[in-house]
Amino acid sequence: MLETALKGTKKYWLWLMALSGVIGVAFACYIGQLYFGLGITGMSRDVSWGFYIAQFTFLVGVAAGGVMLVIPYYLHDYKKFGKITIIGEFVAVAALCMCLLFIVVDLGQPMRILNVWLHPTPGSVLFWDTLVLNGYLLLNIIVGWKVLEAERNSVAPPHWVKPLIYISIPFAFGIHTVTAYLYCGLPGRGFWLTAILAPRFLASAFAAGPAFVIMLCFLIRKVTRFDAGSEAIQTLSKIVTYALIANVFFFMCEVFVVFYSQIPEHMTHLKYLFAGHDGHGVLVPWMWVSILLMICGIILLVNPKTRRDERILPYTCGIIFVGTWIDKGLGMISGGFVPSPLHYYNEYVPTLQEIMISLGVWAIGFFVLTILLKIAVTVKEEVMVH
Amino acid sequence: MENTRRNFLKIAGISALGFGVGSLVSATTQVEHEVAPTQQPAEHNTEKLPEPKPVENVKSESSTQSAVKTAGRWGMAIYTSKLTEPIRKKIISACHVTHNVPHMENKRHEIKWIWEEPYTHAFPENEHEYIDEKTHTQPFLTLCNHCNNPPCVRACPTKATFQRADGIVLMDFHRCIGCRFCMAACPYGSRSFNFRDPRPFISQLNMDFPTRMKGVVEKCNFCAERLEMGKMPACVEVSEGTIVFGDLHDPNSEIRHILKESYTIQRKQNLGTMPSVYYIV
Repeated sequence: MLETALKGTKKYWLWLMALSGVIGVAFACYIGQLYFGLGITGMSRDVSWGFYIAQFTFLVGVAAGGVMLVIPYYLHDYKKFGKITIIGEFVAVAALCMCLLFIVVDLGQPMRILNVWLHPTPGSVLFWDTLVLNGYLLLNIIVGWKVLEAERNSVAPPHWVKPLIYISIPFAFGIHTVTAYLYCGLPGRGFWLTAILAPRFLASAFAAGPAFVIMLCFLIRKVTRFDAGSEAIQTLSKIVTYALIANVFFFMCEVFVVFYSQIPEHMTHLKYLFAGHDGHGVLVPWMWVSILLMICGIILLVNPKTRRDERILPYTCGIIFVGTWIDKGLGMISGGFVPSPLHYYNEYVPTLQEIMISLGVWAIGFFVLTILLKIAVTVKEEVMVH
Repeated sequence: MENTRRNFLKIAGISALGFGVGSLVSATTQVEHEVAPTQQPAEHNTEKLPEPKPVENVKSESSTQSAVKTAGRWGMAIYTSKLTEPIRKKIISACHVTHNVPHMENKRHEIKWIWEEPYTHAFPENEHEYIDEKTHTQPFLTLCNHCNNPPCVRACPTKATFQRADGIVLMDFHRCIGCRFCMAACPYGSRSFNFRDPRPFISQLNMDFPTRMKGVVEKCNFCAERLEMGKMPACVEVSEGTIVFGDLHDPNSEIRHILKESYTIQRKQNLGTMPSVYYIV
């Protein structure tokens, strides 16, 4: 099936070339980082994780979001999703590639990465995270590929694929739960030290992931002959609605606990993020925009008129994607480090080089996604013709 | 340097052989350094081992502290109020020179093993509005707490940071992948990351201790390399008696006597990390 990715329109090749250009520039920046060290980033002794780990966290969510297509189709036999489960799976593959790359670019000594498996440490959450992420990646590649291949040959997928699909469901929840455990099990980091973190991560994942799939469906409908179908898109948007409301609800639970208990270690971070502290408040406007976007998203989705309007829906999904991205990809990580455990407010702002490298990883993700979706859509088009 | 390394390797080799009689040795832990060598099969090697120096011979200003090489659990007590500014400076400089800690101009890339913090920052959750002037204004020395229940060790995905049987939390700079999970896990901000090659920023190179490379985490090691030779940690040695170091498991050690007699505080005790550093305010 790979050969189908080699035949495309001019626009397809231009898009891939544009992505390659971004990847090239980013790669040069990364060589710079490899040579100099992580000092080229905005990270510091106090904010020791930054943009990379934040992107990683957000993208784990996007990857996990694919399961919102798998569960209805494979567990509830919701036929309408049959056509687009592959999109969810391939989005997961691309997102996981980005996740793993973001971990690599964040390492001080990337050439030693295999130490994680050469010296397995079951007590470390990061060790488990590498296992579930790679496991989920592998599962999605195998399942996606095999099911698509079967569809192309008009046969049923091999019977051994079914168990893998079922296993992939707990894995999807696993990747984001374990990723939340990276943060919420750390003493002395009041912002993350909350049992609601993993549920919150999952809720925002199940909003951001499917919202991204909806946008892709509209895009694919526009540029190819493959149509996901309005009913599938509508069902997906209802899933986004519930997940987004759950996300905001979980956040409100957090806000209540923090501010009603008035425990300083927990309050300071939220105060810093949403109000700033003594002139430190680079994230304040971002955080409010994030809240605003998520609330707008809820209003536009809950209202049947705006949800059903396919001229509005892609934009609704866009603002939800951006809203959840700010929440996790900007605020979640540096918010946990400011103030520091010693109560210093050393803020974090990513450097240009750091942002370039991140863009490069995103570009690699979109490159992988483009190739995979090209294959999937070509197969779907072939099947439609026959 | 060479001499020290050779000695270290010898000790390591002998200890490895000694595992065979490990149970015997551990049964006599308190007198291990006196008795153990005669019980070990590698006896012929032991004559070259540096004998732990008796207390009188140790050129230490804190004469009351015994120079033993092993302990059940190493601990430290700091007489904060006795720490004058010159002593504090001397301590920080002794530690940083001994361990080739670079001086970074850029505050973001700062590396520190032992440093000063005001009470507000060393004990942020203990501060209150009407705290006495002395406590409020006197600087505290902060360093790795060598927690008995270290969150950094729990977090490390490669065992590059690990806890020894004697309680010291160490770093293997060659195994560290630089993921900085330990830095997120440490509630004391005791860990530093080499955001760039530190070597050009070491003003005075000590050939007896390794330098680090970019991309790895480092922190105070309770002078494990000096303890191995029967010496007190560098900070203790220059502290003019303001820092007491010893075996927390030995009820007759000086540190235990001090802990029994004085009121001591610990940083973020509520987190259950069980620090091995005590502050006498």
